[in-house]
Amino acid sequence: MGGNPKSLDDLVVRLRAAVGSDQVITDRQQLRTYECDGLAHYKVTPAVVVLPHSTGQVASVVRACIEAEVPYVARGSGTGLSGGALPHADGVLVVTSQMRTILEVDATDQRAVVQPGVINLHVTRAAAPDGYYYAPDPSSQLVCSIGGNVAENSGGAHCLKYGFTTNHVMGVEMVAPDGTVVRLGGRAPDPPGYDLMGAFVGSEGTLGIATEVTVRLMRAPETVRTLLAAFPSTDEAGGAVSAVIGAGVLPAAIEMMDALAIEAAEAAVQCGYPAGAGAVLIVELDGAAADVEAQFGEVERHCRDNGATEIRIAADDAERALFWKGRKSAFAAVGRISPDYIVQDGVIPRTALPEVLRRIASLSGSGGVRVANVFHAGDGNLHPLVLFDDAVPGQAEEAETISGAILDLCIEYGGSITGEHGVGMDKAKYMSRMYNDDDLDTMQMLRCAFDPHNLCNPGKIFPTPRLCGEVPGRHKGQHPLQEAGLAEVF
Amino acid sequence: MTPTDAVIESLGKVAATRAATDSDSVGGVPARWVVSPTSTDEVAETLRLAGQHDLTVVPRGAGTKIAWGAAPRAADLVLDTTGIHGVVEHAAGDLVLIVRAGTPMAELQDTVATAGQQLALDTPLTGATVGGTLATSTSGPRRLLYGTARDLLIGVTFVRGDGVVAKAGGKVVKNVAGYDFGKLLTGSYGTLGVITEAVFRLHPLPAARRVARLRLPDALAAGKVALAVLGSQLVPTAVELDQEGDGAVTVTVLVEGVAAGLPDRTATALGLLGDGATDGDELPGGFGTYPFDPDGTGLKLTSSLSGVGAVLTAAREAATAHDVPLLVRGSAAGVLYAGLPNDVEPGTVAAVVEALRGAVTAYDGSVTVLTAPAGVREVVDLWGPVPGMHLMRRLKDELDPGHRFSPGRFAGGI
Repeated sequence: MGGNPKSLDDLVVRLRAAVGSDQVITDRQQLRTYECDGLAHYKVTPAVVVLPHSTGQVASVVRACIEAEVPYVARGSGTGLSGGALPHADGVLVVTSQMRTILEVDATDQRAVVQPGVINLHVTRAAAPDGYYYAPDPSSQLVCSIGGNVAENSGGAHCLKYGFTTNHVMGVEMVAPDGTVVRLGGRAPDPPGYDLMGAFVGSEGTLGIATEVTVRLMRAPETVRTLLAAFPSTDEAGGAVSAVIGAGVLPAAIEMMDALAIEAAEAAVQCGYPAGAGAVLIVELDGAAADVEAQFGEVERHCRDNGATEIRIAADDAERALFWKGRKSAFAAVGRISPDYIVQDGVIPRTALPEVLRRIASLSGSGGVRVANVFHAGDGNLHPLVLFDDAVPGQAEEAETISGAILDLCIEYGGSITGEHGVGMDKAKYMSRMYNDDDLDTMQMLRCAFDPHNLCNPGKIFPTPRLCGEVPGRHKGQHPLQEAGLAEVF
Repeated sequence: MTPTDAVIESLGKVAATRAATDSDSVGGVPARWVVSPTSTDEVAETLRLAGQHDLTVVPRGAGTKIAWGAAPRAADLVLDTTGIHGVVEHAAGDLVLIVRAGTPMAELQDTVATAGQQLALDTPLTGATVGGTLATSTSGPRRLLYGTARDLLIGVTFVRGDGVVAKAGGKVVKNVAGYDFGKLLTGSYGTLGVITEAVFRLHPLPAARRVARLRLPDALAAGKVALAVLGSQLVPTAVELDQEGDGAVTVTVLVEGVAAGLPDRTATALGLLGDGATDGDELPGGFGTYPFDPDGTGLKLTSSLSGVGAVLTAAREAATAHDVPLLVRGSAAGVLYAGLPNDVEPGTVAAVVEALRGAVTAYDGSVTVLTAPAGVREVVDLWGPVPGMHLMRRLKDELDPGHRFSPGRFAGGI
């Protein structure tokens, strides 16, 4: 697999012919711009970066890589938080940021067709004049690309009610790892055949490169009502969440922050959350006005009944934006109260929240490492922020241990090691804690069906590579790829 | 011992096994044996034995859609899943349900309704099981608000052709760890594996509902009205269109939610439908069901939202041109079903399908023949063109290299 300077030179010549010389980067200094994604502690400088402009160019690049037997990795805006777009040192990084045209916005048919490099928020901006929007709203929506969203099956604060990227993508044109251009899904519902698109969305760039995406647009809600409630601790806030869900209310979003996360947000963006709160909840309802009005009072009552010390109701969009500002800036904000931090992403059944939060609290403490909690409380998606100081000997290791222990807690409670950031490079080693060998082996069969040469974003998701065509089942000793020095276990 | 006795004896040690009868045939192809395992492990063992005896296997739930898809090339062993039965866990506080595949959908709904919850998926055919519903990805008008089985399934346990048990997803709604096999299996017609357990995301049962309706003589006008409802901020649960034999179309709008909010929203719905619209509490008879009999021809017609009126019009024109009773019913979301009686000449059915395929193309859609009498199957391409076929074949070859599962039943002869 790759690595041979001669074959790499030949490949570069082919890539230049395919996409144009100025769209191929080989200069060491420039290549370093692409050495990591949003998870900056993994860094690998790619051998070559290409910036194609069209589906045809992506297909030519992939075919050239197949012939040269060189691995390639697709990258959108590079905001991923699991190292899913981490380059391969001997490989090609295919950056889709030049493919950023919104090809079609059709309000009547409630869909938009976009190139993969289009920024998430730009889809909503394009649809807004017609009264429509694109529902998945990851916190990075100002910069993240639709192609990356498709690869990661991105969520966001409002996916509690509206679902994830996979529920909003109707069709994908992609370059498969065999170099063919394939359309999955379509512009109409339920196309016949296997739902390959359902498998492609969220496959973290391992089953091909999306070159065009047809997304569903949603009609903007008639009414949006948002409240911010302060509680003495996360226990009471959790009680309020349970009461709201138990009453049959399905909010657009329910977000929770604990005292440490509030402190950080306050320091960073002065969001003006109630002073001294042990936890805050942001609850947003949207939909038909008559429906929302009736349910909003109920939510308020449940917050009060569960010990809310203060409830603020957003009077207008500006105030709503201020509520959300603290929440959406929380990850970066902890930089104000801690020199270093790890953003974790795990999921538990929502009803286990109070218990799991108590256990997370008991994990932190001994060595000075603290954990701030920011999360999508409605669906049990935790984002613990593990705060440490790299300058203090032992803290980085302790933070890593605590971060891993939190994932073990998620698994113990029947949850998941990732709710929205993906497995990527970062969590491949945890996959075998959540799935057994047979489960992973079966998933690899899908991978082999799409990518028999194992060149499309190799080394991601799975703890151990699998040679396509080999007999499934348990293996003794080292994997043949490892033995041959062609792969390593992460 | 005859080979038949040997198979029965071998499989019988794992699960109840009997010789098949005429009523066990699959799309007209006679089956040889029926095995009824009661657990995932028994399915796994059954499939390992099927491999040893080199038997083709057709998974079957209640059998309400066993005639759907193409006739398999062989159906040695019908794997009856109805014994894999019951709710494993209803985590009401988490709005999650773990259920075994042979459980009837109605039983599932009764269970979760006790907690004021629902699996927000219509069951068009009475008696259908969870497994069969997933394998054929059936849905109804509520898909407009809630999506379809693929959107509600969050975890799955299934058995591969070689008898290996695999899981994907989990029991939390939000989860992006690993490939989404639930979506691959949904609508795979039992050609990739035997689903034995499913995990669903549930929704609260709405507190109240109101139904607004309008009958329009013209299909294009009906399509336009439905489109106006979809483009409004009403957030209806469903918008169904029902075309009768005379071509008139009834548009039914289902509005659900908090009782206090319903009067205003119903008024909005009536306003959108226009003059002559009426409202009530009850859903019309036939709501969410198919307009075809089990022994007739059943079609699924899809299109972009704006094409629904035109597809209804094309159906009416085809019915008139070929002098056949063609009933059409479905969701304004762009998924209509059409039915022709059993006694229509196969050549005529083929001509109607061809006409409809021509019509839906302009609206990005497709026409799939879900089920049809034997004579029709011989002259009609059930699936129509399917992009990405080479990847589908490779997936089949990976998961079921011996092509043991329902060979030939799926698109492209898979």
